[in-house]
Amino acid sequence: MDNLSVEHLIGIEHLTPRDIEIIFETADRFKEVINRPIKKVPSLRDITIANVFFENSTRTKLSFELAEKRLSSDVVNFSASNSSVKKGETLVDTVNNILSMKVDMVVMRHPNPGAAQYLSERVDASIINAGDGTHEHPTQALLDAYSIQEKLGTVKGKKVVIVGDILHSRVALSNIYALQKQGAEVMVCGPTTLIPKYIHKLGVKVENNLLKALEWCDVANMLRIQLERQEIQYFPSLREYTMLYGVTKEILNQLPKEIVVMHPGPINRGVEITSDVADSKQSIILNQVENGVAIRMAVIYLLATKVKRE
Amino acid sequence: METQEIINAKQFDLTLHRLCRQLIENHDDFSNTVLIGLQPRGIRVLNRLKEEIESILDTTIQCGTLDITFFRDDFRRRESPPIPSVTNIDFSLENKNVVLIDDVLYTGRTIRSGLDAMLAFGRPSKVELLAFVDRRFKRHLPIQADYIGKTVDSVISERVSVEWKSIEGQDKVILYTPEDHG
Repeated sequence: MDNLSVEHLIGIEHLTPRDIEIIFETADRFKEVINRPIKKVPSLRDITIANVFFENSTRTKLSFELAEKRLSSDVVNFSASNSSVKKGETLVDTVNNILSMKVDMVVMRHPNPGAAQYLSERVDASIINAGDGTHEHPTQALLDAYSIQEKLGTVKGKKVVIVGDILHSRVALSNIYALQKQGAEVMVCGPTTLIPKYIHKLGVKVENNLLKALEWCDVANMLRIQLERQEIQYFPSLREYTMLYGVTKEILNQLPKEIVVMHPGPINRGVEITSDVADSKQSIILNQVENGVAIRMAVIYLLATKVKRE
Repeated sequence: METQEIINAKQFDLTLHRLCRQLIENHDDFSNTVLIGLQPRGIRVLNRLKEEIESILDTTIQCGTLDITFFRDDFRRRESPPIPSVTNIDFSLENKNVVLIDDVLYTGRTIRSGLDAMLAFGRPSKVELLAFVDRRFKRHLPIQADYIGKTVDSVISERVSVEWKSIEGQDKVILYTPEDHG
């Protein structure tokens, strides 16, 4: 099997379509592994991975940690809230200190866009970006595309609309790259204030009307409103946003065909998506979570083959 | 590339037939026995044995395929990652008699990985090994087969290839020296 063209997973932007295929083929095998009675393989017994999180995370951190443990690697966790970062240490110093303890790979989440790229150029370890500010969240995009492929058989030729806070979403950008590289058509939908001004230059359609967007698509990926990243008011009220951009069972029933509903989590039930939609058979939200572990196992496994021993 | 045919089509059939009979002798009606083929090439041996045993016994025998990629001991010692194949064991191996099946037994490392990989599906009461070709004196580990199609003496630079009518067009086993070994 050919290997990935990259040494680090910084973003989907740097991956080739073949890279994505390799990750998906490997994830197929890991998905079978994580459904065995014993969900663990010994491949990465000699690898140590640091999960370095400068920003809060629940499912991504849990998913990475499970993936690492199911590959038998040793795992150390670091979160900025109780660390020397608070005492003024720089990012490179922090990570180099961790690497001095013989760590081979770093999974990092950071609030600043470009942090993973910056780190990969300065430290001697394989870096996996677990989200850098509003830039990219590559493993989320991979698991989203993988879940679409699993549900619909292929990503190629499918129409996917990403709804919600595109401006503050790293999931949106990574998804656009991943879906386009696999031949899907992508549309973004949301209030004008939450759609980046030049996003059409990425070759995506822009739509402000939710119903029109849903009528067009095969898959709707609903994003969370990231209130924590919004320094100003981008829409009059959450209630108004929900009325215009919240997906309800009534809207889905109006559509000419049954679409697939996705959400990267955490869900704000009753805001971007109602409970009856989130729990319906059209929703693949929990499949996304399961696939997340398989995708992350595949990424870590493939990048670990590039870790060299002296 | 110099090749030497060590099993021809007729001998190939006879060998498979003998292996089936040996398995039936030891496993009776296969009610507590499962056959597990090791990916990728052990599956070919498994399929032919299964077909023949089922036609002799007029019953269905439980079979699975096992991929050992994630259990290999040479991971990260190779330039590119080893290719994972499909594992399909949708039953428990707990207290079963398991026959692991591969086409060529050489260093024994694949079988060692297979033994490890198999344990994810339960603790069998007994495990046996069937190899269609045994390259003896080449073992890196203390592993021997219980059922052997053909024992072959070869040097390290040589390769053994088991070819199948359904895939390569003819049933045969050949011994050859790859060109880069002159």
